[in-house]
Amino acid sequence: MEIINLINALPGAAAQGLIWGIMAIGVFITYRVLDVADLTVDGTMCTGGAVFIMLMINGCNLWVAMLAGTGAGMLAGLATGIFHTVMGIPAILAGILTQLSLYSVNLKIMGKANQAINVNKYDLLVSLRYIRNVPIGKNTILIVAVFTVVIIAILYWFFGTELGCSLRATGCNPNMSRAQGINTERNKVLGLMISNGLVALSSCLLAQYQGFADVNMGRGAIVIGLAAVIIGEAIFGRIFRNFALRLLSVALGSILYYLVLQTVIWMGIDTDLLKILSALVVAVFLAVPYWKTKYFTKPVKHGGQDNA
Amino acid sequence: MLELKNIYKTFNPGTINEKLALNNLSLKLADGDFVTVIGGNGAGKSTMLNAVAGTWPVDEGQILIGGQDVTRLPEHKRAAYLGRVFQDPMTGTAGTMGIEENLALAKRRGKPRTLRRGISRQEREEYRELLKVLDLGLENRLTSKVGLLSGGQRQALTLLMATLQKPRLLLLDEHTAALDPKTAAKVLEITDMIVNRDHLTTLMITHNMQDAINHGNRLIMMMDGRIILDISGEAKKKLTVRNLLDQFEQASGTQFANDAALLG
Ligand SMILES: Nc1ncnc2c1ncn2[C@@H]1O[C@H](COP(=O)(O)OP(=O)(O)O)[C@@H](O)[C@H]1O
Ligand SMILES: [Mg+2]
Repeated sequence: MEIINLINALPGAAAQGLIWGIMAIGVFITYRVLDVADLTVDGTMCTGGAVFIMLMINGCNLWVAMLAGTGAGMLAGLATGIFHTVMGIPAILAGILTQLSLYSVNLKIMGKANQAINVNKYDLLVSLRYIRNVPIGKNTILIVAVFTVVIIAILYWFFGTELGCSLRATGCNPNMSRAQGINTERNKVLGLMISNGLVALSSCLLAQYQGFADVNMGRGAIVIGLAAVIIGEAIFGRIFRNFALRLLSVALGSILYYLVLQTVIWMGIDTDLLKILSALVVAVFLAVPYWKTKYFTKPVKHGGQDNA
Repeated sequence: MLELKNIYKTFNPGTINEKLALNNLSLKLADGDFVTVIGGNGAGKSTMLNAVAGTWPVDEGQILIGGQDVTRLPEHKRAAYLGRVFQDPMTGTAGTMGIEENLALAKRRGKPRTLRRGISRQEREEYRELLKVLDLGLENRLTSKVGLLSGGQRQALTLLMATLQKPRLLLLDEHTAALDPKTAAKVLEITDMIVNRDHLTTLMITHNMQDAINHGNRLIMMMDGRIILDISGEAKKKLTVRNLLDQFEQASGTQFANDAALLG
């Protein structure tokens, strides 16, 4: 329990948190904006990295490989969207179906369960080797932070456009949206594609950071994403009202999640228990708004004049 | 403006809940008609409006709006021609979005949603002026979330949204039923104002016979998925509630189920 060990581990945890934060922003888009819990992400969180590594190994340019990884994630979102809208399958189940399919797809992409990429042989954008004692322009934390800021800026712009507004309306009130001429089905598919594209991008970064892609690397991603969304809202919800700041709070929530996780590991907890702990923490946080309305709302006083 | 030709709609066919909700329903509205619709619970009034709006496909028959066959057009495409206000004030607006954002969404009804700004500065001024006319103080709360508004304010806003792009047909489904009497009267007043100002062809369902008599130039009564009374012109002007109930009894051969409620 040397405190110095913890301090040494924290920058790495922050970097991981930032990388997963991009994934969590993807989850935010489905969960909060579209009002769908999309379980595709557990599969997509491997697909992006798998595509990326295989392309790199075969001599592809890094940026092209990242773009392709992201595109593969968008296709996964498209698949879930088609299951949901064209085939009428409930969103959660549609996500589970794609997630399961992706397990096979990811194995086929990689040819085996795990593919490594050596940071000494390839010029990677981020790596756990690039946390300390590297020139500032190569620092992984800085690079992922720039990614995050750019993504938030683009999403902020997009959700302010006519199309973006119609996406928000679709999630908020589909009946009203259709009455206003919005194609809610198409918008749901689009939202799922954007979300899974972001998750896959995060996966590309994670695969580089840890130096490998693994068929299980996305297991429980949805829970981590929800945790980041919830932690971010719990801490910054009162002060961050603006959409860009809400996205930022998700990224910060993810960093906090990983810092706390690192601390708990340092304190010597049995790491086998980490997933159940994460799940329980998320469960409690999800229950809070429900408990609030069920047990703590004051009855509304009637009798006051309701002015039109 | 609207023509319904021999519409049939059965819900839950082949189950014990099977319900023939529209039974060979036909209706033709002239340009500028303001038709009030009455009828007991379950008569098929909402179903008729939903058939026009395209909430689900009808089983048989044809729907024409402005001479154009829309029978097979999905709901969001038909929306280009329709303005709608629903019974539940929650249904017509996006609660987590601002007043101006809701109006901007409605302003783009029937147009492709592009990557241009979702709302322009110029629009804001336009909305401020339009909201002033409602006289509900909303013109100073453009960025307030609609979820914070009262039911009456939401219905008035929904009316504005429904008519921001002049619709070929305005569909009002008991849009004042969830409001207290004073607020309901105010929303009805706004309805009349907008319908007259923009010369809108309108179908308005109401559970209040007096309202049905006072508003519009034509009144229809529905029962069992059909229209059993259709009164317009001078006859409509001379109607009284008593007189309407008598006509109902003659047309249907039954006593009106809930006279008291309808006299309300
Ligand atoms: N979506 C639906 N699914 C099943 N039954 C429906 C549906 N909508 C309406 N009905 C049934 O159709 C009949 C007519 O309903 P409706 O048009 O809502 O009556 P109202 O005249 O009171 O508006 C009722 O028996 C109702 O239960
Ligand atoms: Mg009804």
